[in-house]
Amino acid sequence: MHATEQELFDSKISQEIRIEPKDWMPEEYRKMLIRQMSQHAHSEIVGMLPEGNWITRAPSLRRKATLIAKVQDEAGHGLYLYSATETLGITRDETIEQLHAGKAKYSSIFNYPTLTWADIGAIGWLVDGAAIMNQVPLCRASYGPYARAMIRICKEESFHQRQGFEILLTLSRGSEAQREMCQDAINRWWWPSLMMFGPNDDASPNSQRSMQWKIKRFSNDELRQKFVDVCVDQAKVLHMDLPDKDLKWNPDSGHYDFGEINWDEFYEVLKGNGPCNHERLEARKKAHEEGRWVREAAAAYARKKNHNHALI
Amino acid sequence: MDRKTEQWPLWEVFIRARQGLDHKHAGSLYAADAAMAIENARDVYTRRNEGISIWVVESKFIHASNPDESASLYDPANDKIFRHPGFYHLPDELKNI
Repeated sequence: MHATEQELFDSKISQEIRIEPKDWMPEEYRKMLIRQMSQHAHSEIVGMLPEGNWITRAPSLRRKATLIAKVQDEAGHGLYLYSATETLGITRDETIEQLHAGKAKYSSIFNYPTLTWADIGAIGWLVDGAAIMNQVPLCRASYGPYARAMIRICKEESFHQRQGFEILLTLSRGSEAQREMCQDAINRWWWPSLMMFGPNDDASPNSQRSMQWKIKRFSNDELRQKFVDVCVDQAKVLHMDLPDKDLKWNPDSGHYDFGEINWDEFYEVLKGNGPCNHERLEARKKAHEEGRWVREAAAAYARKKNHNHALI
Repeated sequence: MDRKTEQWPLWEVFIRARQGLDHKHAGSLYAADAAMAIENARDVYTRRNEGISIWVVESKFIHASNPDESASLYDPANDKIFRHPGFYHLPDELKNI
């Protein structure tokens, strides 16, 4: 008897054989990937906005050059992920339309404003740190194109986190005002960074499915705990506090206990009511519209060149 | 308002990491023409000296085998293990072969 397509798919998943674009896959698997990967791509692109805000005001040429390089990397990451998403049968235009129509999400963290230069440091350390924690296991995701894109992205992310930490380290060794700025940025970014791992496991209905299909390898809470444990030690190097009075080493679990996340805030930002949701989406739409003439002109030029070539 | 713009063609990008290696598939991107595809490939795939040579080819010119036909397509190779050097039993004292 021949194995059914479903059985073939299941056996590939259990044997850690990657699923490739032309292979049969359950519709739900395809949909879950399109949702997650396009969301991920949008996050990279929207994520350029809060950081781009500080490029012109970076305090030195070195900081400016590294920030530009970082933002350029985010654009690249967005492109790898859009390309990988397209292998699932959705066009680039469709994914971008979904973003602009508010149907597709991006990481809620980018709906918070970057008020001071220290925020650029805090984003690199905490936001990129949380992203790396999420992304490293995705390098082994069961869908080949996603895993390959993630490998490339993870290689590049570690520079982002280190440049962020270096910014905070410099501020933490600076004047009283600089130390305050550093602490203030950590205070504002700490909790939203913890929210980046998503709802608690018992409130995350898609997680289990995703783990069965080996898209995700660890649960939201497992990754969040790992992140907290790592950050507590790193904060000591900065001589800065993490804004959580419940943060305490637990010798029984071998982890740090931490306070309750404000889930009301999380869901409000997710619904579109965060400090910058409107601004971010408008900026994306504006860039898309204002770039239209460039895309059209390039297409017209290519057409004309091909035409002339055909005449020779 | 949301006027459709003609979509640029899709290109597959191949990068040679260093002299002596094959060009290897790196990914794909959109570009109006080949020159733009190479420039974009440089920015997207070689920001950290990952390559010294780039090939681009429009994706529509790539033809792929069908994974559903894998069984019959590769079947002729399965029963011809004599194509591998280990198939041949030779004495241990035989050297340099």
